[in-house]
Amino acid sequence: MHPNAPAPTTEDIRAIAAPLASLEGPLLPMLHAVQEAYGHVPEAAVPVLSDILNLGRAEVHGVISFYHDFRKAPAGKHILKICRAEACQAMGGNGLAQATLDKLGIDWHGTTPNGAVTVEPVYCLGMCACAPAAMLDDKVVARLDDARMDRLLKEAGA
Amino acid sequence: MKIWVPMDSAAKAVGADEVARSIAETAASRGIDVQIIRNGSRGMIWLEPLVEVETDQGRVGFGPVSVEDVPALLEGTLPGLGPVEQIPFFARQTRLTFARCGVIDPLDLDDYQAHGGLAGLRRAIAMPREDIVTEVTDSGLRGRGGAGFPTGIKWKTVMQAEADQKYIVCNADEGDSGTFADRMIMEGDPFTLIEGMAIAGIGVGATRGYVYLRSEYPDAIKVMNAAVAIARDRGVLGPRVLGSDHAFDMEIRMGAGAYVCGEETSLLNSLEGKRGVVRAKPPLPALEGFLGKPTVVNNVISLATVPVIFEKGAAHYADFGVNRSRGTATLQIAGNVRQGGLFECAFGITLGEVVNDIAGGTASGRPVKAVQVGGPLGAYMPIQKFDTPMGYEEFDQKGGLIGHAGMVVFDDSADMLQMARFAMEFCAVESCGKCTPCRIGAVRGVETIDRIAAGDAAATELLTDLCETMKDGSLCALGGFTPFPVMSALQGFPDDFATQKEAAE
Repeated sequence: MHPNAPAPTTEDIRAIAAPLASLEGPLLPMLHAVQEAYGHVPEAAVPVLSDILNLGRAEVHGVISFYHDFRKAPAGKHILKICRAEACQAMGGNGLAQATLDKLGIDWHGTTPNGAVTVEPVYCLGMCACAPAAMLDDKVVARLDDARMDRLLKEAGA
Repeated sequence: MKIWVPMDSAAKAVGADEVARSIAETAASRGIDVQIIRNGSRGMIWLEPLVEVETDQGRVGFGPVSVEDVPALLEGTLPGLGPVEQIPFFARQTRLTFARCGVIDPLDLDDYQAHGGLAGLRRAIAMPREDIVTEVTDSGLRGRGGAGFPTGIKWKTVMQAEADQKYIVCNADEGDSGTFADRMIMEGDPFTLIEGMAIAGIGVGATRGYVYLRSEYPDAIKVMNAAVAIARDRGVLGPRVLGSDHAFDMEIRMGAGAYVCGEETSLLNSLEGKRGVVRAKPPLPALEGFLGKPTVVNNVISLATVPVIFEKGAAHYADFGVNRSRGTATLQIAGNVRQGGLFECAFGITLGEVVNDIAGGTASGRPVKAVQVGGPLGAYMPIQKFDTPMGYEEFDQKGGLIGHAGMVVFDDSADMLQMARFAMEFCAVESCGKCTPCRIGAVRGVETIDRIAAGDAAATELLTDLCETMKDGSLCALGGFTPFPVMSALQGFPDDFATQKEAAE
């Protein structure tokens, strides 16, 4: 979502979530759909979803806050997830991650000042035999080294 | 000219899409007629992108292929690997679950059937329910997700339960580092999972199924969704499975980045749209699972192995293996290894054989220090334990677990104190918070290891005691098994825990 876009309205959110109400266990699919549309799950979604599903607001909030995937505020334009798990560590993943954060001057979960990239930790992308790995938005990249990481960052406009 | 370029996400992550595009463009500009098939991965990940070309001697492999290699590939001057199935890493395997993976176009149902697909489902449809469950029991198949519980017993419990609705839930929340077999089979042979779930549904009397697939696997989600749509369209799924009187349909559901949702009861809560906290057992999910109904919860590899058991018979499958570990293990060789990838073979092969012989040692060329087997909750095995055969009980006796059969190799530069600290840190990040030993214990564990690192010798005893508490008092394997990597690091590599004070003396 563009940083200056108008805040999503109750009607907008309802239009996204209501068609999923007939699923068995509909809340996670709804939250994914809302986040897909806005890049985050806005606070305004909580009363709408609790109304559709006849749940307490606290319950909906509790579900949103439980999962690493759902964010309360918009992220940068691109999200770079760097794997921190053991197989990547065995191939120098820690050093690569630290060097990347240093280069960007941010910490985990931080966003570059120009708003281009948010860097997050991820625990395993299933690239354990071609580590270290990262994921830029939906694109997985493996056998990373400093040069390849630099190309990725450049691609993302960091 | 037929050319195969994998669409497996590990191959794509190292440039397979760019190679496929370059082959198409270069061939078009030179007027060469090529048919590019996007297959799954053969599992020889160090060779990816592994391109195969059809020749008189069968499919010949080239890899790793870069975009720069494409002109030579098309001219026939690129040095190759020979017939791909004769590469020693591949030739030594017994491929049952992964028989089609890398061979066929994953989304071509006809190709799937031409390679034995749907034969198992057809056979199951003609069998009484009890015989289907007995067949699974006789095969000796045990849960490949880690716990190793006999699959047939789980199915029998669900079959005998009385309910208006039962479910098959596939646990595809493959969060363990060092494991990628679920991802590979879903991307490389998705119909085998669908077929396995349909057989399970018919066997226990369940008409609905769900695959709970982690959000970190966007490619697998796409392939599975496409495969389910094709299967429904072609009558493999729906009100009359393959024209029979059995109904079975399924959906793919995306996880939301919580490791603990790989635990079956928290997975069920998550699937219901709740916080992914662990449920106390009993009641067993087999009796009160998804939405309180009898539910089979099986790992991807367990379910994807069901079709071959029905195609070839329980005895054929049970013929492989060692002691109580029957059939094949889908080993995932990862981390700092020269030849990493998926290696399917009968249970019983030793850890050392896998690491030294098949994987060819470390990628860095330095000596192996430790191998973590079974994911972040598995023990670090030192080379002194390399004679341990791959088997559930065999690993248990050596203080380890095979889990999902992932193995992460570390060279001698690894600091085992830091790895133990990471295990505690990971547990703290991913704990669902329901039970105290896990939620608080993991945080205290990180602090205690930091005290050891800072030179507090007494903290070692405290850490040991804390691990005992976590092991005995946690509700699920996250808190209960985190002591495995921690204690195995402490006991197997005491030098890394030698305090600074001792070092100074």
